[in-house]
Amino acid sequence: MTTFSHSLGSTFKSLLNRLIDLVPSALALGLALVIAAILLSALNADPIQAFTSLFQGAFGTENATAETLVKSVPILFVAIGICIAFRGGVTNIGGEGQMIAGALGGVSAALILKDAPGIVTIPGSLICGFLAGGLYGGLAGGLKAYFNVNEILSTIMLNQVAVQIMNFLLNGPLLDPSEAGANHIPKTARIAEASELPRLSLTLPEGIANALRSLGFTGEPSLFDRTRLHWGFIIAIVLAVVVYILLWRTTIGYRIRAVGENERASRYAGISVKRHMLLAMFLAGGCAGLAGVVQVLGLTYRLQTDGSTAGFTANAGFNGIVAALFGGLNPIGAIPASAFFGGLLVGAQKMQRDLGVPASLITAVNGLIVVFVVSSQIFVKIRNRRRLKALVTSTSAPLTSPAPHALESEV
Amino acid sequence: MSKKVQFVLLVVLVMLSAVTIVHAQDKPFKVAAVAPSAKNDLAFSQSMFDALTAIQNELGEDKFQFDFQEGTFVVDDAAVALRDWASSGEYDLLIAHGSQYGAIIEELAPEFPDVSFAWGTDVNTFGLPNVFAYTAAANEGGFVNGALAALMTKTGVIGVIGPIEVGDAKMYVDGFVAGAKAAKPDVTVNVTYIQSFSDVPLATEAAKAHIANKADVLTGTAQMVVGPIAVAQENNALWFGTQSSQADLAAGSGVLFQVYKWEVVLRDVIAKIQSGTLGGEAYTLTLANGGLVMEKGAH
Amino acid sequence: MNEIFTASVFASTIRLATPYIFAGIGETFGQRSGVLNLGVEGIMLMGAFFGFYVVLLTGNLLLGVAAALFVGLVMGMVTAFISVTMRAEQGISGIGIFLFGLGMSELLFQKLIGTPKSVEGFPSIHLPFLSDIQFLGIGEIFFRHNILVYIAFALVPISSYVFNHTTFGLNVRAVGQNPTAADSMGVNVARIRYYTVAIGGMLSGLAGASLSIALLNVFQQNLTSGLGFIAVSLVYFGAWRPVGVMIGALLFSFVNALQLQISAIGINIPSEFAVMAPYVITIIALVFASKRMEKPDALTKPFERGE
Repeated sequence: MTTFSHSLGSTFKSLLNRLIDLVPSALALGLALVIAAILLSALNADPIQAFTSLFQGAFGTENATAETLVKSVPILFVAIGICIAFRGGVTNIGGEGQMIAGALGGVSAALILKDAPGIVTIPGSLICGFLAGGLYGGLAGGLKAYFNVNEILSTIMLNQVAVQIMNFLLNGPLLDPSEAGANHIPKTARIAEASELPRLSLTLPEGIANALRSLGFTGEPSLFDRTRLHWGFIIAIVLAVVVYILLWRTTIGYRIRAVGENERASRYAGISVKRHMLLAMFLAGGCAGLAGVVQVLGLTYRLQTDGSTAGFTANAGFNGIVAALFGGLNPIGAIPASAFFGGLLVGAQKMQRDLGVPASLITAVNGLIVVFVVSSQIFVKIRNRRRLKALVTSTSAPLTSPAPHALESEV
Repeated sequence: MSKKVQFVLLVVLVMLSAVTIVHAQDKPFKVAAVAPSAKNDLAFSQSMFDALTAIQNELGEDKFQFDFQEGTFVVDDAAVALRDWASSGEYDLLIAHGSQYGAIIEELAPEFPDVSFAWGTDVNTFGLPNVFAYTAAANEGGFVNGALAALMTKTGVIGVIGPIEVGDAKMYVDGFVAGAKAAKPDVTVNVTYIQSFSDVPLATEAAKAHIANKADVLTGTAQMVVGPIAVAQENNALWFGTQSSQADLAAGSGVLFQVYKWEVVLRDVIAKIQSGTLGGEAYTLTLANGGLVMEKGAH
Repeated sequence: MNEIFTASVFASTIRLATPYIFAGIGETFGQRSGVLNLGVEGIMLMGAFFGFYVVLLTGNLLLGVAAALFVGLVMGMVTAFISVTMRAEQGISGIGIFLFGLGMSELLFQKLIGTPKSVEGFPSIHLPFLSDIQFLGIGEIFFRHNILVYIAFALVPISSYVFNHTTFGLNVRAVGQNPTAADSMGVNVARIRYYTVAIGGMLSGLAGASLSIALLNVFQQNLTSGLGFIAVSLVYFGAWRPVGVMIGALLFSFVNALQLQISAIGINIPSEFAVMAPYVITIIALVFASKRMEKPDALTKPFERGE
């Protein structure tokens, strides 16, 4: 009995600890919002109204929540890839370019397969998108592994190259045949309906539906009807779980992480550092590529360019990095982090619409949130270290030497 | 019914309908627009913002109101905005000001048949009864600018700095080149497309390259032109512009500007909506219909 | 051929390289001491805006430069605080600084200035006698630039000297290679990193000003258009050496100037490939250059005594 209540107590304790770990982030978010309120007042906008708008836009209605999730999908895909890359010791800043490569690969496949049934085109396009993004990421990975070209340089450069390739293809070989002529907007033809990722609506289980009905809710017992939420969301979540298993429950994942932790030790252990770096970049690029192809298949149904990366990607390539790091470089953790980001971005747009606040304010506040939250993690680290120390000294035999006092005086 | 009752009924009906008509006219006409760049970009987005402001000045704030979401270069964000506006039921007209938004309108308009949509620059209404399309025959003003430029150049070399070869940018440049050649067949017109609507440093260097190659007249389109305009001023070259009037910025170098007057389209669209037609027409701004106006610079 | 490789192309190369050199060398200081700052672009934009705004209001170019340096210093100190004292993940804190600088500069521009305007920036200085040399166009290529260009190139040997021949430089390199060892030798790791990141911030601010009040003489939202990120990547190209950064900046700018010249004289190549060229060629150049990669081992790792 005592062991049971003891283990229950410790599970509760660890849950409590996890929640307390979130406190610094919450405070950081609060601080950023305070500064946002100050800026808003300086612009003659009512901060309360602004934040209400922000929240309404993110989670206020069923449609808003759907849009938040829709926004989070590409961020999550990229974040999953970043987890692999960063854990594998490669700093992949090329999410934007890889997303574009994936979109190009996927949309080409969808257009070529346009007469085939959905059961063929959808997986086919997704695979092509993954491969295209993977090859593009693998290019940077190969350059690093075999030619010592730093991946930060190559991925930043390759982002721009991808945009130009997209411009070229969309203006030429992939151009919608009905567009050829004077107006000449660079976009592909629309994919066939069979190739679309279906809209997603979640039917509530009987129990919950009945409970809600007894509370007076009427209507269909399903969420997200008539919204833009699509199956890409489910695919992303499944991928997060798959990659989690890959990284922590398979040999390949172990090797990727080993190379990321300690290159030299891995080499001595017989792990091919070069091959695993290349693999990490390939997989990361593939995930970002999926972000691109899922956007096309699930939302836009064609690929169109305005000459920049962000017009299509909405900076998911960068937001994905932030989400991955907020999620602790763990694909499962990236899920709430991406949803949070999605909500922030969607809510901010609504704030802009409702109050006429310039979009640039939102970008600046976004930056502040990132900076504050990432700075606040030091408190989590300190606390965890103290807890670890307490745990070690209380439950095990006394150590031969006490923990260094220097830990308490930080540099 | 006795004649007296009929008469009273008639009077009541007339009064009721008068009240309804007056009430309908009391509700302001609400427009919401989404645009890809800043409303003060001296180019594409500003042209629509200026037009909406002009209509508001004409009709008065109590009769015409508009919301404007600028800087929406992320196409999907425009989709969210348009959907949000459409489902609120508060707007009579939604404008998607950017050719990259076309796919959104195509998907969204059928879902909201009671709302009127307008998008540009294009002529495609997708066969939908609640979609208007609008574009500008930028080649017309381009032709005028080109001809004048060819006549004014002393070195015989003209430089063009374009963004991407699409839409009204392409039309303007093609018209400009045609006009220049028509006025002076042996004039040299060199065109650089910098593959971006917003890269000012690249646009500036492109302009400097033209100047170094003896161009003494420059022109270009899209919001990155602020760079080339400064180059023109520094080198005492002439500047011809389009989309909005850049006369203030160009100061002594600015010769002629093709200004988009979207209000010409908007007036007709508003009238059509108020009389029950929600779409189905494509408009083109031309010099003839007053949609394109050539405005002089300070030169 | 003569029409393509003209003197103006080379002059343009030198001019274009200036902001990359300023920002790149600034970033080199930080990275050599072990701190990665991806927020360079944000600091550049703030420096560009404040430099421009001050010149717009006062007409005084030196004041503008001072403003840009000051803003860069402030943002550099903030970056240092986040990366060194708060020991935050350097990759994303940089992205946060970038977003903040991007949004703030645009917001201030919209509210304080409102519409694109131009200023009289730094004029080209024609060095007496030297700028008239006709032989190979040397006069035009080297000696008719504005003062910020000359300062940028002068920074290259100066910073090289600092890294290799001063105590400060030695400390910087030690802190970047092995902070624990440096710390045990009595070097104040945190202070060195604050210095280098602050220097990086100031130079990034100056890079931004070189755009808004020297090279372009205008300000618009997102004026830098990715320039800051390219500058960061050039640090890797240059193997953390100022001369290498300069070579990378020159190569990148040269290919850019070349593709613009080709188009300006009427030769038609698909513009997508022309615009792509500088990026591709930079990567290819690095593939073929066999460099001794002196990567600072402690790069991106926050330091704690006792670790």
